[in-house]
Amino acid sequence: MKNMGEMLLTPTPFSEIVMGNTALVRAMIEAGTQVVTSYPGSPTPEIATAIQSIPLDERPFYFEFSTNEKVAAEVAFGASINGHLATVFFKSVGLNVAADAFIQFSLLHCIGGLVIVLGDDPGANSSQNEQDNRHYARMSYTPILEPANPTEVYDYYKEAAHLARSLGKAVMLRLTTHVCHAKERVAFAGWQSAAPIDRSPRFDPANGPYIPLVAKVYPRKREALAALEKVEQWIDERGLHRIVGNGSERGLITSGMVHLSALEVLTDAPGRPDILKLAMPYPLPKRAIAAFLASHLEVKILEELDDTLETEIKALAYDQGLTTRIVGKQELEDWVGEYTPDKVRDILHRTWPDLVPARTAIDPATLVPVPLRPAQMCPGCGHRSAFHAIKQALPKEGAITVADIGCHTLGFQEPYLLGEVLLCMGASTGIASGLALFNDTRPVVAFLGDSTFFHAGLPGIINALFNQHNLVLVVMENGTTAMTGHQDHAASGRNVNGPADAIPIRRVLEGLGVQHIFETDTYRQKELTEIMRQALALKAFSVVIARHPCMLLFTRNQRKKSGYVARHVRIDQEACARIHACVEAFACPSFARAADGSVTVNRELCIGDGSCLQTCPAGAITR
Amino acid sequence: MQPFNIYLSGVGGQGIGLLCEILLRAADYAGYTAKAVDTHGLAQRGGTVVSHIRLGAEVPTPLISERQADLVIGLERHEALRSVQSMLHDSGTLVYYDTVLQPLGVRLGVEAETSTADLERACGLRGITVHRVEPTELADPRMQNIVLLARIDRLQLVPGVATEHIQQAMDDLLTGSMLAANKTLFQSAR
Repeated sequence: MKNMGEMLLTPTPFSEIVMGNTALVRAMIEAGTQVVTSYPGSPTPEIATAIQSIPLDERPFYFEFSTNEKVAAEVAFGASINGHLATVFFKSVGLNVAADAFIQFSLLHCIGGLVIVLGDDPGANSSQNEQDNRHYARMSYTPILEPANPTEVYDYYKEAAHLARSLGKAVMLRLTTHVCHAKERVAFAGWQSAAPIDRSPRFDPANGPYIPLVAKVYPRKREALAALEKVEQWIDERGLHRIVGNGSERGLITSGMVHLSALEVLTDAPGRPDILKLAMPYPLPKRAIAAFLASHLEVKILEELDDTLETEIKALAYDQGLTTRIVGKQELEDWVGEYTPDKVRDILHRTWPDLVPARTAIDPATLVPVPLRPAQMCPGCGHRSAFHAIKQALPKEGAITVADIGCHTLGFQEPYLLGEVLLCMGASTGIASGLALFNDTRPVVAFLGDSTFFHAGLPGIINALFNQHNLVLVVMENGTTAMTGHQDHAASGRNVNGPADAIPIRRVLEGLGVQHIFETDTYRQKELTEIMRQALALKAFSVVIARHPCMLLFTRNQRKKSGYVARHVRIDQEACARIHACVEAFACPSFARAADGSVTVNRELCIGDGSCLQTCPAGAITR
Repeated sequence: MQPFNIYLSGVGGQGIGLLCEILLRAADYAGYTAKAVDTHGLAQRGGTVVSHIRLGAEVPTPLISERQADLVIGLERHEALRSVQSMLHDSGTLVYYDTVLQPLGVRLGVEAETSTADLERACGLRGITVHRVEPTELADPRMQNIVLLARIDRLQLVPGVATEHIQQAMDDLLTGSMLAANKTLFQSAR
């Protein structure tokens, strides 16, 4: 695959090794999707990478990164009620942001069809929780499909798009981290771009009602519920649920990637149970499940995270008077973490010890301790300089610092310990406002990234102004959405499709009427310390813009230029007084500390930015 | 046929993604049914990154179970030891690039750096074959992955995957000066 963009537009049937996120984009193209929106968040950013590999003028659909997930969902909805097949994708917790809009979708007639693609994160690999978004499907009466691997991502998106379009509904496609990132050879169908697509705006209030108020709520709700019955019939007809095996008295009901873990564990099991692999965890295919229950004496429900299948299947069995022994979650740990093959082995061993042997215990005598490796801010990161400088301005004890989502969240770790509480995108100013109430003694500082400023940061800032809260907000401005792979944001001067007028953060703050705005480059550490002192002394709402471009992105771009020469700092070993401020206080990962206490520079990591020079009391760091 | 499981580990930024992709494609060229998965997490931020590759038609999941890897490929010494202990089966094979990117605790002075001797001791206790790749001065340290790849090829550590398969995979994935530089290094490091 020399060129991903060309591959994705291949007209003839072909097969290629792709990850789930890439397979999804080919499915979008084949399904005739017209509008795609997103806000970046792991595990989904590679969907955008694949889309962006197609040159803008050849891209068969419109794509944008919206300001946040709610706006992205609204844009997709708007396109859908205008007749376009639309898709919005974002990470698990993005659905919380989008929920206020999303929850209405099933009540309204999305004539073009609407697919919501979720990147759920069992195992909380890169999220603040491992929430199970199947709950949202039930809460909003939205069908949800759950693929297990890249091939199913491709197939199920097309199924979801077909269902959404034929019903004029929203349909969810729930991916999980290791489905997004799994790679395998996927066989793709052909695709012809020649067919003219009707892009004329088709919005008509007669397709509604689109005002779900008063007397319209009940009829819309009835219609949404009635549609679920059609969906249940459709999924039976499509044959997407699969039964593996035949004739065992024991059965297993599962879905998504957990199914693959179960197959792995049960490969060699004698008398392997039959498996009913569900494609759609909501609405459940009651007929298929009832038949499966009726033909087995004992059925284990193996589901990752919460017990949505178990609860519904047990209720179904009760209603139908089935006496099958149903085994669901048994221990608290069954609710926690990704259902990897190891975890599934533990669970199935507990359920059927005769069938699945226990994991072989690791002999602790064979283990040699290895230091953990927490994620770090990168060498040269402007946030490191900011934390180092801000720490000097805070009282030794008593300050309360509030984190937000972004690379700067990592400031919570040793040795900075800045940002001691974290909720979600844009929450820091609001939390800090609450912490500032009845509090004349402990200064409160909130951190906020620049993409997050636009995403969900503004309401908290406006509230702090409106209700006159006393805190210092530090906007950690690095010019990009760094954590998720450097997507542009509203202040970048570009959007995903080309140049756009930048919306400078300082001007937004001035326009809101923020009285006290300070600004500096974070590498000017002394100045930043001084500014923070001034801001803290004000006893009013103030904003410090702590600015430095993302050095990972900067260095990556520099490397592409001809004549690029790698630069590094070095340590003058004679001047070094073994104070260890570089490794213990500034803590750039480029420094290496030997057992004898000497410090050297790791040239593999150091980018020669020199932000560390000012941190050595002995002046031993030189260029 | 028993599947062949390869577990790769390193530190965010070391190029584990490309190494995994090359091996996956090389195995595909060699005729294997191959599956893989990367665990990114906060990969770019200097944390641990791992990839799983599984070869064999009967493999349902790309995730390797605890201590079921036949081959561990380590791009860094600490990560090599961590992976050997969690993922490599007894008497398996480790190949690693013996560079050190110190974890935070070592730099803070509260934990000891893993030594080559520590790693060899852990492997010796479980009959693991160790191939240590001596670090060399490279124009770009991000090409350590290719030096490691060359050693994997020279030692034929992935059964059935030959030099030509690896070269075909590189041709697929890289272009222009990147392709030329990586292929040249691959040739010379073999």
